[in-house]
Amino acid sequence: MTDPVSSSEIDKSFFNELTREKGMDKILLCFNCNGCSTGCPMKDIESKFDIKKYIRMAGLGMKDRILNDEYLWYCTTCYKCQERCPEGVLNVDTLLRMRTMAVHEGIMLEPHREVAHFVIDTGHAVPINDSNRKKRLELGLTEVPPTVHMYPEAYEQVRKLLKACEFDTLTQKE
Amino acid sequence: MSTETEKQGKPQSLSLFLGCVAPNRYPGIELASRKVMKDLGVDLHELEGASCCPAPGVFKSFDKTTWLTMASRNVVLSEQMGMDLLTICNGCYGSLGEANLTLMHDPDYKAKVNEKLGEVGLEYKGNAKVRHIIEFLEKDVGPDTIKEKVTVPLDGIKVAVHYGCHLIRPSKEKEGLGSAENPRFFDVLVDATGAKSVDYEEKMMCCGAGGGARSAFLETTLKMTEKKLAILQKDEFDCIVDACPFCHLQFDSGQVQLNKEGKDYHIPVLHYSQLLGLAFGYTPQELGIQMNMTTNSAFEEKVLALQQKAKEA
Repeated sequence: MTDPVSSSEIDKSFFNELTREKGMDKILLCFNCNGCSTGCPMKDIESKFDIKKYIRMAGLGMKDRILNDEYLWYCTTCYKCQERCPEGVLNVDTLLRMRTMAVHEGIMLEPHREVAHFVIDTGHAVPINDSNRKKRLELGLTEVPPTVHMYPEAYEQVRKLLKACEFDTLTQKE
Repeated sequence: MSTETEKQGKPQSLSLFLGCVAPNRYPGIELASRKVMKDLGVDLHELEGASCCPAPGVFKSFDKTTWLTMASRNVVLSEQMGMDLLTICNGCYGSLGEANLTLMHDPDYKAKVNEKLGEVGLEYKGNAKVRHIIEFLEKDVGPDTIKEKVTVPLDGIKVAVHYGCHLIRPSKEKEGLGSAENPRFFDVLVDATGAKSVDYEEKMMCCGAGGGARSAFLETTLKMTEKKLAILQKDEFDCIVDACPFCHLQFDSGQVQLNKEGKDYHIPVLHYSQLLGLAFGYTPQELGIQMNMTTNSAFEEKVLALQQKAKEA
């Protein structure tokens, strides 16, 4: 069960920041029907992940409890809850926005930082490796695909764009 | 849904967006997609220098402007070719499709993204569509055309269709695909090969991999994956047919992972392009199906017997 909410946990500025993005204020329409959590495949196997809980906490502005919660990262973004919400709450989009707010406070999981670095270093989240170079050749394909892997100037463009977005700073290793 | 005249009138040229997992982990999916689309008279043009879509699980969770900028660059490459962009992955379709719609309808984000793109001499205009191979085949090619091209009807192959999530949801971003709770368009394409798509419990459940969950919590995600695998093995399906290399990875490598813990799963996992390739007469080898981590000789023998029978007929 969720711990009771104390008033010191409520941070209205968090709610205001969250709902600067279009459509996010629909979280206030939630009337606790539980349809979102009932259909959630992750809740089924990991009860600590409860999408309804995050939406309710967001409405209250419980910044610290949300941003520091590792289970915020368990959503597979299947969008079933968002599809079914009778009030049109953007459950997944709101959760993803809260994740970005965590990341901008420096809270991110190491495996995700690594994926970010694969993209910074190669342009692919899942770059080619030796065994797949071999498989490609066996199949009669080019050794690397005609993506950033084949065109260094294209990769350079991606690198520059990520820098322009300050994504490298955001995901910097300590 | 496109009408028959629209189908005939449209030049079927698209840019091929490869993404990451297909070309770099399951090249058989890339090859099969190239082969079957060529056989169907669809011209696929290389989207030279494309990058990661980018992976929505991490990028949409990290920074919205970065996600939109990376995605828009890929769309711009297709705009410059004057073509719509074809994805062969639900993740790429979801990420690029949603980014494209956002930029088409939100002038503030469009301006922000174009400011970034300007630094490398690019501009997003918003005149290319993002397509997915399954919805393209259903709407623009059609199951009847596919049936005409089938040389090896896959009679007796019992298929578990896995739609995956981002092919159908959020449905307000997808045009004309029907019900997101009980879709049929993918099943129809499977049936066009002569194989039979059979409904099963938990058919519309997620594979478990998305949203960054696989990379951070593999073991937990495999519990979701195994729910589906257990049902399919019990109900004696011949194979899973997916539309997404990331779901494909989760089901294929997931079985190996689960077997290490004492389970015994051996369900073949095929991308739809590979199933179609078999029905067009390519051997499993020619489609890279044997390069999966989970192999199943009984399935391969069954397919080869059908191909032999078709040859003799």
